Amino acid sequence: MMDTLWIWISAALTLMIMSFLYKDNPFFKIAEHLFIGLAAGYVIAIQFFNVFKPNLWNPLVAGENWWLLIPLTLGLMMFTRFFPKIAWISRWPLAYMVGIYSGLAVIGFTEGDLMRQVQASVVPPISVEALSGFAGNPGVLTALNMTSNPIIVFGLICILIYFFFSLEHRGTAGFFARVGTGLLMVGFGAGYGYTVMTRIALLIDRFYFLISDWLRIV
Amino acid sequence: MNPKTLTTLKSLEHIDKRWIFLSVALAVLVPLLIPFKMQLPVSQPTKNFYNHIESLPEGSMVLLSCDYDPGSKAELYPMTEATLRHLFRRNIRIVILSLWPAGPPMVELALNTIIEERGQDKKYGVDYVNLGFKEGREAVIVSMGRSIRDAFPEDYHGNSISELRLMSDVLNYSSFPLFINLSVGYPGVKEYVQYAQSRFKLTLIAGAGAVSVPELSAYMQSGQLSGMLMGIAGCAEYEQLLEERGLALTFMNAQSVGHVLIILLIIIGNILFFIIRREEKI
Repeated sequence: MMDTLWIWISAALTLMIMSFLYKDNPFFKIAEHLFIGLAAGYVIAIQFFNVFKPNLWNPLVAGENWWLLIPLTLGLMMFTRFFPKIAWISRWPLAYMVGIYSGLAVIGFTEGDLMRQVQASVVPPISVEALSGFAGNPGVLTALNMTSNPIIVFGLICILIYFFFSLEHRGTAGFFARVGTGLLMVGFGAGYGYTVMTRIALLIDRFYFLISDWLRIV
Repeated sequence: MNPKTLTTLKSLEHIDKRWIFLSVALAVLVPLLIPFKMQLPVSQPTKNFYNHIESLPEGSMVLLSCDYDPGSKAELYPMTEATLRHLFRRNIRIVILSLWPAGPPMVELALNTIIEERGQDKKYGVDYVNLGFKEGREAVIVSMGRSIRDAFPEDYHGNSISELRLMSDVLNYSSFPLFINLSVGYPGVKEYVQYAQSRFKLTLIAGAGAVSVPELSAYMQSGQLSGMLMGIAGCAEYEQLLEERGLALTFMNAQSVGHVLIILLIIIGNILFFIIRREEKI
């Protein structure tokens, strides 16, 4: 019984949100505001029960980790933003968080992104492995596989030249920059295609819910 | 071209977009109502994802992070169900967590569906654990490298970690021969690659929303990601390998027809643009 009620509520809210595609209307507004209110309430509740209570409150009450008073104090200092005269105090925990996350990000980006991606870009223009793969099994896929390394090397050079603004994009540099622009467009096109795929999937999921769970046609 | 035809073409160029919405809706709805069978070629990243799970010995443990919310349910939920099906079928023990607040209920839904489907043969705390959500994003990812118990002192249901038998075998990332991340944004695959894979040398496979795929493909090429399900199409390929028809294969008909329509609209739009521009120049 309760399941059926929730399915009807979900279906009604889905249709209310979709009604915006026709034009803006009060039903859409109601669903939109309900969503924002529920989402905010849900996040606060889950932060309290899944984070604040097990990681801070329970160990403190049990007298296990007194050092947890430090994050508690830092957390409380954040609330001084509500009092203009002492609002400056909230900058301290904020500075602490910015410091922590900056430190983490520098290491993460350098180690996980920069170094590994540079390393992965430094490949021989002709892959011996791909050549021997084609020789052993001549076909379309193995032939395409041979083009992978040359495209990476040539494409990387062209795109880097495009972003090298100290050099006027004329003559040879202009040619490479134009090729770089073309390759960037291919990348953006792939990005657009994948975005369409995601958006269509969202629509399919809602339609499937309406025709299976709600209307039970399929 | 006579002026009347040109006016018609111009009016088509500025067609009320609600007609497009309606045509996309029909393109998606009709294949859901009248399904047809499709055979999908399986891509290498999907094969790698499948093979990594297949290569795990029975009884080993996997850490699964489900970092998404109902907004991305369409792509990530079918992946969660398919992955759980595969892991349970192979008798692999699973520790699940989420860095997104709305992730754990999605995990619970998928777990309940699959456990019921299997006839309740898997026990909570022995075969699988849902650690729930933890705030802290990158900080949580890094702290799990030291101790997962410190990051998650309680599970999603409020049980102490020390009460769960499965968790007695868990220390940190090193306890898991394989890490699976299903995600669609921040924090997600990118953060796990940057803060966990590189530092703790994890074997990481991922399922990603299609919108994230172009960005994450670089990690496949560099070997930081060992396998990937790329959007709903990747998940459908995975279900095909599993020989179990799940949500993704059901969705693929509608997805394909929807894509064909979008491609047609782009082609028609471009043809109209060039014809009108040429006529106006004349």
